[in-house]
Amino acid sequence: MQRLECLRAVYPQLEKCVVVTIMGAVAVELQSIGHRPNFFYLQHAMGLATSMGLGLALSLPQQKIVVLDGDGSLLMNLGTLSTMARSGVANLVHVVFDNQSYLSAGNSPTATAKGADLEGVARASGVPRTAAARSVEEFRTAFASALESGKLTTIVAHVDTAGPSHWLTDLGLLENRFQFARHCQSLLKP
Amino acid sequence: MRVSEANSRLLYQTLKDCGVRVVSSVPESWLVPVIRMIGEDPEMKLVQVAKEEEGVGISAGAHMAGVKSAMIVPNHGFLAAVNPIVSLAHLYKIPLMMFIAYRGAFGDTYPWHTPGGTVTEPLLQALRVPYTFLDSAGTLERRVQDAQKLADASLLPVALLLKHELMMEA
Repeated sequence: MQRLECLRAVYPQLEKCVVVTIMGAVAVELQSIGHRPNFFYLQHAMGLATSMGLGLALSLPQQKIVVLDGDGSLLMNLGTLSTMARSGVANLVHVVFDNQSYLSAGNSPTATAKGADLEGVARASGVPRTAAARSVEEFRTAFASALESGKLTTIVAHVDTAGPSHWLTDLGLLENRFQFARHCQSLLKP
Repeated sequence: MRVSEANSRLLYQTLKDCGVRVVSSVPESWLVPVIRMIGEDPEMKLVQVAKEEEGVGISAGAHMAGVKSAMIVPNHGFLAAVNPIVSLAHLYKIPLMMFIAYRGAFGDTYPWHTPGGTVTEPLLQALRVPYTFLDSAGTLERRVQDAQKLADASLLPVALLLKHELMMEA
């Protein structure tokens, strides 16, 4: 299963969500489908996309927040799973694209290549709903039911160790940041 | 020695009056009362993080949504959050308010805090993080307000060092 196919499968549903991605392939591939003002690409600070998502979820309780994470990033901040679970936040869907690799940092294997089970870690950390997907159809279904469930959900999508040929796009980091903030703040207005 | 309940309440009330609504924290003995007061306030959201660096991400998310936030951590927690201060708050211009219990400085009797105490200010200086001290009830409110103004104007992290003479009863 390709990450890009997964992103295409749920792209229409992302329009009404507030979306935070990690760096690397997820950011480049989502932009390749089409950037929107409600997408923020956290280019660095590995592990903190979920923490940003949690800050957004607490601050925008009427919105659905989607975090598009990866195995390497999540492994740097496993405590985020128990923090999200403990916070009681319900309007957050956490997708982990697990390609078993630090792909954009030189394609070295992560611990999931040796058996670490991130869905199991999420469940054991108290995340109320978890799922794993090995096909695009499974992913589409898991994502739709997570959005509808009204419960914090972690979905681990097992994807191929493949990505784009480049890591930079023409979207400036601060351009993305200020556009995204303006979008988020417009959602608070009556 | 006991933590000052009165000064903890002043700190909590000042945060609230400054509009802070999301606070991330890790337990620390000096901070127990102020964290309890925030946690008991239904108008504020207390996020008890596993590690302090999460707080930088949480504050970044809150800021994007236009919500004022703060991190309340001990200085060893600040040390643990150095990478995201640089690679998130500085990179993305996030006005991060850090309230840092200044352990291991004058007045502290615990030896294990002292290495962190001696590097806290040099590290803030190396990171170009503006900081000031909260050391008495009389100046606390004004210094917090001024720190928030600088953070919002500069879109950068600022630090308020909570000193022993503020946090602990004599």
